[in-house]
Amino acid sequence: MSAQDVLVLAEIRGETLDAVTLELLAAARGLVSATGGNVGVIVLGRDGAGHASSMGAADRIIVFDDPQLSTYAPETYVAALGELLAAERPRALLIGATSIGWDVAPLVAARLDAPLVIGCIRIMDGEGDLRVTASFYGGKMLAECRVTGAPAILMVQPGSFRPASEPGKAEIEIRTLAAPLQPGAIAFEQWILPQAGDVDITQHDVLVAIGRGIQQKDNVELAESLAQALGGAVCASRPVVDQGWLPATRQVGKSGMTVKPKLYFALGISGAPEHQEGMKGADLVIAVNTDPKAPIFDVAHYGAELDILDLLPALTEAIEAKRG
Amino acid sequence: MNIAVVVRQVPDLIEPLEIAPCGTAIDLDAASFILNESDDHALEQALLLKEAGGGTVTVVALDSGDVDNTLYTAAAKGADALIKISQQDHAPRSPRTAAARYAEAVKPLGADLVLVGVQAHDELDGALPPFLAAAMGLPYVGVIRGVRAATETGAVIVCKEFPGAVMAQVRVKLPAILGILGADQPPRYVPVSRIRAAMKSAQLSECEAAAPQREPLVSVVRLVPPAPAARAEMLSGSEAEVAARIADILSAKGLVK
Ligand SMILES: Cc1cc2nc3c(=O)[nH]c(=O)nc-3n(C[C@H](O)[C@H](O)[C@H](O)COP(=O)(O)OP(=O)(O)OC[C@H]3O[C@@H](n4cnc5c(N)ncnc54)[C@H](O)[C@@H]3O)c2cc1C
Ligand SMILES: Nc1ncnc2c1ncn2[C@@H]1O[C@H](COP(=O)(O)O)[C@@H](O)[C@H]1O
Repeated sequence: MSAQDVLVLAEIRGETLDAVTLELLAAARGLVSATGGNVGVIVLGRDGAGHASSMGAADRIIVFDDPQLSTYAPETYVAALGELLAAERPRALLIGATSIGWDVAPLVAARLDAPLVIGCIRIMDGEGDLRVTASFYGGKMLAECRVTGAPAILMVQPGSFRPASEPGKAEIEIRTLAAPLQPGAIAFEQWILPQAGDVDITQHDVLVAIGRGIQQKDNVELAESLAQALGGAVCASRPVVDQGWLPATRQVGKSGMTVKPKLYFALGISGAPEHQEGMKGADLVIAVNTDPKAPIFDVAHYGAELDILDLLPALTEAIEAKRG
Repeated sequence: MNIAVVVRQVPDLIEPLEIAPCGTAIDLDAASFILNESDDHALEQALLLKEAGGGTVTVVALDSGDVDNTLYTAAAKGADALIKISQQDHAPRSPRTAAARYAEAVKPLGADLVLVGVQAHDELDGALPPFLAAAMGLPYVGVIRGVRAATETGAVIVCKEFPGAVMAQVRVKLPAILGILGADQPPRYVPVSRIRAAMKSAQLSECEAAAPQREPLVSVVRLVPPAPAARAEMLSGSEAEVAARIADILSAKGLVK
């Protein structure tokens, strides 16, 4: 245990270790390589043994195999983390900006009155302070921050660090909590899986994705026509699904699907980090947006500063002409 | 069910963001403000719950941006009471200060349920809803799409979003605070005439924030626009020209069959 130690919260859903956990481990390793200290990964509610080998970038796997933690609830997670942080006094706790992270990171920071940075994309040591770069304003601005207090609670943007994949032999430490956990006001009941039957966008080579720029429901047809000409499917950013113009199974991003098509059209999509999370892996991205500063152009291969309502019919026509 | 909805104003990202001369903040004078999107969903969810099961909806906002218009719009949509929190000093620099100030106004309402948008794009060193929950000593869960009353009183059933369009069904005993990402239905539209009418008829009560400004625990050294590693090759020309270029590119890659 040292004041340079960095802790990482693992996320395991069902039997799967979330990719963000390995990214957090990479970030933590990068930090301790400059300062010394250990990397510990925290596993809540299971024994962790099944994932120990993939979390080899950690020095220690700290396990709380308490049945109260076997399903997620903010109160029990925060109680466990609060107790651990008080005992360990690490330099930082890294948590992914996931559904669970968005609850737990701020709640832990509030409980400990500890500094919190959300949207972290770079984490460095700077003469004893933490130097953190974080993305905000929908990915349109970066803040270079200095964090002095410990532990710093850092909520890390998924996809910002190359996953640490070294095989290792981290020691598993089974811990029990001093204060027994009480069930709180928030109780998990069941998983609700998406309804089968709709198009599975993860299986398509060509995706025509539309965002708020499509403006109204009637315009979705324009994207359908292009998708048809290319033998692909239409998908969307969150606001289009929120409006009920397409089903939730077509949403790409943090709470939607992660897709890796050969071709991804991003049409009238600003490219917020939560959207990029789901489409960064596409082979070819073509973005069209009336705002030349839209962050989507940072991940696109080709871009055009045009109105999609004008371009879509012209593009469908041009593709159909090629097909002859 | 008596519901409090906390709303905040954020810069509209449609407008270009300008960095203030200090170099560590956005020039807020150059920005135009809109209601934070997930707060709009929080309001919609509150109105849907009231329509389904009765009760009241009270909307609470810190005085910043074009907040009166936001509050009267909420009244036009069906909110019962409006509270504006005025501040002697500048808008809070830290979400912890904002949370303390909202807590002062929301606590006396004794609401069964407090709804807040889960995220605001201008928050860097905090997230208002869980900080508010901590300030009020209430349980919190966020990233919620959809809330309904449970069959027993004193509880709601919510859906919490996970990747892959998967949701967790979660039971929440009240009182509690929820961080809303999406309502069960898209936020309703109200015509301007109804908003104007609400400006005449709706009661807007004001209270003054007492909580002192907290020093932020995180200091911004500078703001920079993102410098992409690789930027898209921009295709210029008319729609027809760009369409033809894209068709050529796709055809060369064997993507047009
Ligand atoms: C916990 C959490 C989870 C989330 N999960 C997801 C997710 O899974 N997927 C997701 O997409 N988002 C998700 N979001 C939301 C995300 O933060 C953004 O709000 C969302 O991606 C924005 O969608 P958009 O780009 O369509 O809309 P906007 O950001 O409003 O962008 C619209 C764009 O269209 C352009 N435009 C407007 N009109 C035209 C036109 N006629 N022609 C061309 N361009 C035009 C504008 O310049 C603008 O860039 C999540 C947020 C949170 C907090
Ligand atoms: N986020 C998720 N998405 C889909 N299925 C899940 C998710 N989390 C858990 N499951 C499944 O739900 C069941 C119970 O999960 P758990 O309670 O987390 O062990 C298992 O069959 C998991 O595979």
